Amino acid sequence: MDFRFTEEQEAFRKEVRDFLEGEIKQGLWKPAIDSWIVSYNPEFSKRVAARGWIGLHWPKEYGGKGYSAIHRLVLTEEMLRYGAPAALHWFADRQIGGAILTYGTEEQKKELLPMIIKAEAFVGLGLSEPQAGSDLASLQTKATEDGDFYVIDGQKIWTSGGSYINWMYMVARTDPAAPKARGISEFFFSAKTPGITIRPIVDITGDAHFNEVFFDGVRIPKTCMIGQKNKGFYQVLHQLDYERSGMERLMGNYPVFESLIKFCKETKRKGKPLSEDPLVRDKLAQLKLEFEIGRLHMYRVALVMDEGRAPNWESCMSKAYGTSFEQRLASTAIQILGMYGQLHPDSKWVPMSGLAYTSYLASRGYSLQAGTTEILKNVLAQRKLELPVQ
Amino acid sequence: MNLTLSEEQEMLKSMAHDFLVDKFPKTAIKEIEASESGYSPELWKEMAGLGWMGLSLPDKFGGSGMSFLDLAFLLEEMGRAATPGPFFSSVVLGGMTILDAGSDAQKDKYLPGIASGESIFTFALSEPNGLYDAEGVTLKADEDKGGYTLNGTKLFVPFANIAGHMIVVARTGMGANPEDGITLFIVDGKAQGLSATELKTIANDKLCEVVFKQVKVPAENVLGEVGKGWSIAKKAMCRAAAGKCCEMAGAMQAALDMTVAYAKDRKQFDKPIGSFQVIQHYCADMATDVDGIKLSAYKAAWSVSEGIPCDEDVAVAKAWAGQASQRILALAHQIHGAIGVTIDHDLQYYTRRAKGLEVSFGDIDFCKEVIASQMGL
Repeated sequence: MDFRFTEEQEAFRKEVRDFLEGEIKQGLWKPAIDSWIVSYNPEFSKRVAARGWIGLHWPKEYGGKGYSAIHRLVLTEEMLRYGAPAALHWFADRQIGGAILTYGTEEQKKELLPMIIKAEAFVGLGLSEPQAGSDLASLQTKATEDGDFYVIDGQKIWTSGGSYINWMYMVARTDPAAPKARGISEFFFSAKTPGITIRPIVDITGDAHFNEVFFDGVRIPKTCMIGQKNKGFYQVLHQLDYERSGMERLMGNYPVFESLIKFCKETKRKGKPLSEDPLVRDKLAQLKLEFEIGRLHMYRVALVMDEGRAPNWESCMSKAYGTSFEQRLASTAIQILGMYGQLHPDSKWVPMSGLAYTSYLASRGYSLQAGTTEILKNVLAQRKLELPVQ
Repeated sequence: MNLTLSEEQEMLKSMAHDFLVDKFPKTAIKEIEASESGYSPELWKEMAGLGWMGLSLPDKFGGSGMSFLDLAFLLEEMGRAATPGPFFSSVVLGGMTILDAGSDAQKDKYLPGIASGESIFTFALSEPNGLYDAEGVTLKADEDKGGYTLNGTKLFVPFANIAGHMIVVARTGMGANPEDGITLFIVDGKAQGLSATELKTIANDKLCEVVFKQVKVPAENVLGEVGKGWSIAKKAMCRAAAGKCCEMAGAMQAALDMTVAYAKDRKQFDKPIGSFQVIQHYCADMATDVDGIKLSAYKAAWSVSEGIPCDEDVAVAKAWAGQASQRILALAHQIHGAIGVTIDHDLQYYTRRAKGLEVSFGDIDFCKEVIASQMGL
């Protein structure tokens, strides 16, 4: 047992920090919350790719660096700490590459992974449908065989990436007669294929990173299928283990926490810094305490990956924990800001650049994406604790 | 970074678990708790025979030379089995502190006895003011004819009723900084003028009031330097807090295991209650809290063991153990239903012990203040 990072990992952390601080100094982008999901910046993604930081822990033979999951965790931790605009490569780096590595053919690995690694493929995820949320297996979008092609018809929802998306990773029904979880397959194809329409959804913060994606007679070659026909649902569950695994579920709002601490040190009320008020100290210490516990949960997930296992209940645990922390963080920040907490980021007098305001609104979605907290607890109860399925 | 236990550590844990389950059934624990001494001399000898008392003491003192982290895994198993007795006070508070700060002569004199289990030590820090910091140390030690005379009262001293020796944190001087002027003494448990009275506590764990009336201590029994004892005491506190977190990790694992087993077995509405989603989510919440306690306790014990700055790690682990254990037990009781609140049910041992663990060696508020200071607030 050792809680230390290696010297080489620490040096890597510094390298990432220096890079990100340099970018901020040059004014290339401004730190933001949730930047891993809402901040699209193709040039930034290309610069990250140029350093070899996409596909960092993928095998060298496909263009990856072959680093450990802990290295990737260090990289993502720093990206999130600085609120870097990494959304365009985040999904592919986090879960799509892994899915292709696990289920793809040799040709698919050789063709698709280098595109992700070079930040040429910005991938949209097509999992949820209007009638298939937590019950993903009830999805209705279908892929019908037609010679050497599949024809896709239906609709996906909550796809991030909007007009930047040039590739689509999605699941569709390939056997309507089979029990619902056993007739689903996975596909990866160009998002520019005719018949695809992407329509943005404005969320509660006023931002439009989520989209509806419509498929109307979309013809794709059969070689676009990833893994085995009709095994897609089980393959996706494996992919979801990775989707839930990362630091973003704890650190997506780190800029809020950092600014809040700074705000409390610098702001005086009744002649005394807020940070000396016992009630405020208690709140900040509580957040710090919860944050540190969350960090340990996240590290454990990375270590499970380094053992070569998919982090299953471990990532459910860390994701449910992390998102509930982030919701408390936003809410506590507004509580401390008092009346100022209600000010929109564009308002005169807004403190902390409005980070708390946006975070509070955005945080409602955290416990829903990538498995609701309820689904995650089901997995924990049934897989880790082996409680009976009703 | 790695969170894996070594083969040796796994073996120690599983052997300890088997031994403790076998030798300390809850019926035995009940009897021991009710006894005047609070421990079983026979089982104490058996534990000593397994080398547990000297686990983290060097070979030359009759120990096995393992680390504090190794000892922490043993403490986790003791927490899990709700093992009663003076192991913690003698080994963690006594032995480890002497190893840390004792002179060669003191180590030679006391450590072999601790390692063999023949001597039982304890540590007297807290006082009626209930503080955990240096300001709370007011028991007076006056220099007197080449020795010292101690007067005052210590509270919450574990197993002072049976301890052969105690390390006493006393005040030999008073400067502007309350951390100055503190001196540690090794005091004979049978010294004239010293009286220990058991306090009835929630955990039934033989915490005592110890009154010092003109207790004479020779100068050679000063542990560390005169007036500079606070750093030793603080280190002992950190070590103890980390150790208590490990006990809590084990105790809460036991509460979870017991609850999950009950949820699988207990039927209502013709189904095991563990098949109901509400119960499943309660159990999932408990498991998350148990793992949080465990991960942070290991990190705290590791920091202490490595001798690196550990204030924040220990404060995080201790505060979390206190908070999370209360959530875990609330759910454990809710799932067990009425049977869980009976005195004959095993759950009550953990419900009572957890409160004792929560408030010893730094309560939640104390730890949160440490965290706030570490944040530069």
